[in-house]
Amino acid sequence: MKYVDEFRQHKLAKRLSAAIKDESDPSRNYNLMEFCGGHTHAIFRYGVQDLMPDNVKFVHGPGCPVCVLPIKRIDEAIHLVEAEQVILCTYGDLLRVPASGRNSLIKVKADGGDVRMVYSTQDALRIARENPDREVVFLAIGFETTTPPSAVAIQQANAEGLKNFSLFCNHVLTPAAIQNILESPEVREIGSVSIDGFFGPSHVSSIIGSRPYEFFAEEFQRPVVIAGFEPLDVMQSALMLIRQLNQGRYEVENEYTRVVSRDGNQKAQQRVADVFELRRSFEWRGLGTVPYSALKIKKTYQLFDAEKRFPLPVSQAKDVKGCECPSILRGAKRPTDCKLFGTVCTPENPMGSCMVSSEGACAAYWSYGRFRQPVQQRA
Amino acid sequence: MSAVVKRFPLRLDTHDGRIDMTHGSGGRAMAQLIDELFVKHFDNALLRQANDQAAFDVTAGRMVMSVDGHVIYPPFFPGGDIGSLSVHGTINDVAMSGAIPRYLSAGFILEEGFPLADLDRIVASMGEAANAAGVPVVTGDTKVVEKGKGDGVFITTTGIGVVPEGVRISGDQARPGDLILLSGSIGDHGVAIMSSRENLEFETSIESDSASLHRLVEKMVDCAPTIHCLRDPTRGGVATTLNELAMQSQVGMRLTESEIPVKPAVASACELLGLDPLYVANEGKLLCICSKQDAEQLLPVMRDDPLGRESRIIGEVVEDPHHFVQMETLFGGSRVVDWLSGEQLPRIC
Repeated sequence: MKYVDEFRQHKLAKRLSAAIKDESDPSRNYNLMEFCGGHTHAIFRYGVQDLMPDNVKFVHGPGCPVCVLPIKRIDEAIHLVEAEQVILCTYGDLLRVPASGRNSLIKVKADGGDVRMVYSTQDALRIARENPDREVVFLAIGFETTTPPSAVAIQQANAEGLKNFSLFCNHVLTPAAIQNILESPEVREIGSVSIDGFFGPSHVSSIIGSRPYEFFAEEFQRPVVIAGFEPLDVMQSALMLIRQLNQGRYEVENEYTRVVSRDGNQKAQQRVADVFELRRSFEWRGLGTVPYSALKIKKTYQLFDAEKRFPLPVSQAKDVKGCECPSILRGAKRPTDCKLFGTVCTPENPMGSCMVSSEGACAAYWSYGRFRQPVQQRA
Repeated sequence: MSAVVKRFPLRLDTHDGRIDMTHGSGGRAMAQLIDELFVKHFDNALLRQANDQAAFDVTAGRMVMSVDGHVIYPPFFPGGDIGSLSVHGTINDVAMSGAIPRYLSAGFILEEGFPLADLDRIVASMGEAANAAGVPVVTGDTKVVEKGKGDGVFITTTGIGVVPEGVRISGDQARPGDLILLSGSIGDHGVAIMSSRENLEFETSIESDSASLHRLVEKMVDCAPTIHCLRDPTRGGVATTLNELAMQSQVGMRLTESEIPVKPAVASACELLGLDPLYVANEGKLLCICSKQDAEQLLPVMRDDPLGRESRIIGEVVEDPHHFVQMETLFGGSRVVDWLSGEQLPRIC
């Protein structure tokens, strides 16, 4: 595959691996958090950790949109299907996310609920056009990457006068989440988790650019390197972070220059700004309530806002007891620190959201990295 | 005026006709469907006996029997259709024991309203596949369900075969030190199917690899009767099949990613959809586990067959109490190749 294989070359990986060993200071640790699930997935799928010295560690962050969606939002989506009888369209990963009472959208579908897996917002629009007598709701999730297509869908529906389409908006913002992690007591006060630097998101940054990270690199004195999702990108970025740390710098650097610019995709940003505005606060699974960390649909487009269109009950749902997803999402614990990991919580029967998506830290550990820390050997 | 009254004065309309409830009622309409469509395409002496069962002589020794239900959507796809697939699939399941497939049965569940033209095309393709394989469909059954109670056509085929003397191929026979052979590139079938699903809309030149593997297996068994395991990596792909074998044989496995052939078009489609070719279905490939000596003998024999031209050694069997399948990645790291969990769903960002 042209333009892909080049970024997966073994030879270059070996060279980078040698450079990292050479330049890293054996007397210290480098705890590098990859914010994005895409990086987590790449690190495990290609076995990148094997090419790193022992003192360079990847800390998996909360950047999987499926993983950070709180139980109550899934409950609300289920309510839309069961009580409001809507056709609920969503991305495949969301179907298995556990809701309260051991329910999930896939179980609701099996019970006869009209839940459809789609690959894009365009599929949802098509379903709305084909079913003019039914209400069609697109369950929208994701960081800044998936927000522009949602904005476009709403504008299209508006232009077409599509009366039966609405969007249940769960779009969240990356910079707010990173800031929240850095401000969390474990990181800031107790110092029990040291995060020395960040791999900045790749797809997200293609939209928002590298500029939004400049504030907290400076404020929290942590280097950020925007990294592509290919394994060589991750290694090159690790080297760039190590260099910054060795030199005492904390800047935003961009490894993913083939896609990301400082200002990002301004057309996409404009579309998003036309349709969405900041929510005062939003609950994240793992991070709790984070101020100004999510988007909602503007008044101008409220006809297409499922939250305005349908009465939604207030769910009091809580995460499963014993599930360490919250700490895992902040990098405070590793999946293998969770008592449920591999015992009652597996990809077939996920108790927490990190076990659902292949980008979730627990699922990635389970699928790709288990042999490193066999479950049986845990205390 | 002719003295002989034709059994069915009007021919079955295989241009514009559709399946209706009478085609499953056991009456004249069903008899006509069987005569003019099924018997026409499957024609063989055993079927022509027109009994509710096929009667045939058996040889002494071990026989195998396997059943496979086919519900594929869409029924026509690049490189095949549900008809040929239902023949290949069952022949392969029988052949993976080292057996020589002998006879097939076919059960059809048809949905009211299904076009007879499509059914004709499917049954013709089944007949051709069975004929080419030399394994006749000797008995069958047809049922019709009301509109909305099925999805066009479902086909269940059963196959029986005879195992040559001394052959004991089974999923629990893999031993540490054995080598793992793969007969060709992976993921073709799954990608061909996905490309023809309407909500995906991507074009590819990839065709399904759907094929009967029993002749390749026959040559392999002739060459090395002491093969330990054979299995065709269908649903769940190579990854899931190897995990099944590792579990059955209580061993671990180590694969070398660089040795596993994936066509560039398949690799690209998987990249785009967020899939891993190791988990994508195949319908014309086999995995073989055998001793090192057997592998050396088998490779040239496999490569000599059109269906095994790209055969490779992709890994080895090792001792491992966890029964993990691990892989040295192209990139130079290593990882576990786990069972497929759930459906393989595209990643979303």
